[in-house]
Amino acid sequence: MAVVFVRPKIPKLARDPWALQFDSEGRLKHLLTIEGLGPDWVTRILDTAESFLSVTGREVKKVPLLRGRTVVNLFFESSTRTRTTFELAAKRLSADVLNLNISTSAATKGESLLDTLRNIEAMQADMFVVRHAASGAAHFIARHVEPHVSVLNAGDGRHAHPTQALLDVFTIRKIKGDFTGLRVAIVGDVLHSRVARSQIHALNTLNTGEVRVIAPRTLLPAQVEKLGVRVFHDMREGLRDVDVIIMLRLQRERMEGALLPTEDEFFRLYGLTPEKLAWAKPDAIVMHPGPANRGVEIDSEVADGPQSVILQQVSNGIAVRMAVMSLCMGGREE
Amino acid sequence: MPNLDVEALLHRMEQDLSKRIESGALHDPLMVGIHTGGVWVAERLHAALGLTEPLGKLSIAFYRDDFTHIGLHPQVSPSSLPFDVEGRNVILVDDVLYTGRTIRAAMNELFDFGRPASVVLAVLCDRPGRELPIQADLAGETFMLDQHEQIVLHGPSPLTLTIEQRASEE
Repeated sequence: MAVVFVRPKIPKLARDPWALQFDSEGRLKHLLTIEGLGPDWVTRILDTAESFLSVTGREVKKVPLLRGRTVVNLFFESSTRTRTTFELAAKRLSADVLNLNISTSAATKGESLLDTLRNIEAMQADMFVVRHAASGAAHFIARHVEPHVSVLNAGDGRHAHPTQALLDVFTIRKIKGDFTGLRVAIVGDVLHSRVARSQIHALNTLNTGEVRVIAPRTLLPAQVEKLGVRVFHDMREGLRDVDVIIMLRLQRERMEGALLPTEDEFFRLYGLTPEKLAWAKPDAIVMHPGPANRGVEIDSEVADGPQSVILQQVSNGIAVRMAVMSLCMGGREE
Repeated sequence: MPNLDVEALLHRMEQDLSKRIESGALHDPLMVGIHTGGVWVAERLHAALGLTEPLGKLSIAFYRDDFTHIGLHPQVSPSSLPFDVEGRNVILVDDVLYTGRTIRAAMNELFDFGRPASVVLAVLCDRPGRELPIQADLAGETFMLDQHEQIVLHGPSPLTLTIEQRASEE
């Protein structure tokens, strides 16, 4: 990866860049970022996900909503959890799913992104689920696809990972209920985290009482407080009275230069251990978008402990992705 | 003038159902209502017949055949069938039977929960105009309406029926 921006770089558009997510009748068409959705759409997605959760409990874990539609998982960057939960979500909606791992195929043979897109469109795809290492890739694709195709951002560079943020707020809502009285702390490598950015937007959209970030200066983007967060550099201070702790993965593969002394040092200062967890509220929940680096940002005892909801996040992720897929693809034909 | 007295229609349905249950034609049935009006009707019948197993509720939002035209309903209340339908006799209850599309969707969903031994369709209001080969086994009343009219059940308490002018199609 050649160019790395500290702040999300969004392609310039003549009008509001988030407007691209909606069709001319104001229906959700693409999900590229949490920004621009507003509390009504976020709540609607969460409510829809709630009803899809019930499908998981039955004998046939499938509904025929997207029968005959084709969903293409377009992954330019490797991922296991996100790709499989998107795949499972699409299959539970009865869609056909095609998994394309582009990093190992056409891109390395020199085919351009647009050529790849045109070829897959020619296969009559209805939805692209896109993960790409470059910020803005999903926007770019959404601007260039055929009008009937929906695009879901499954992570673009450091910019956004909206479905992860939605499943996180869904999980918080299920356990804690209302957001207005909550203190949520996001801990660790905020600088490289698209997940953190989307979480901050989602939490603020839902009017969360206080959103905090806790990290060393070197792992925070410049002017991070402008996203609407309170900044802490010390865990003891930052975790005080917190209801929800979201640990971020230390993205060693994205790091350039000396942002960290050593992993041991990071774990000593910011790794979530049972001792540090005790500084938060006694009923605080611990979340992690995965995959967790045990012993780097989170202690195994915490990750597998009673306050951890990490596995609930994964199963909620399927219902949330079903909701987003069906809301983006429904009500399109006329 | 058709009978719009919900209590009388419910009574007629209850009589019909209890006759079937007593004769053994409908052995040990389960009752399933279709959201929202069908659940109201089913709740009343369920109580009147003294069925012991809980009432099932089907929400057909994920099974509708017009999803590609109108999308998802904003507030989908999840289906709940708190029993095993496998091998059981099921009374499927709805408020109004018209085109038959809701019943088709409901039966598709019902079969995703298991394979019932039989399904009986009981509706409060039967209205000719079927688009599918689906008929009610018993109905509270049959209503002959003009195209621009519709019959609407209001509830849950009290239950009332009104015949209304349909909002013009966009």
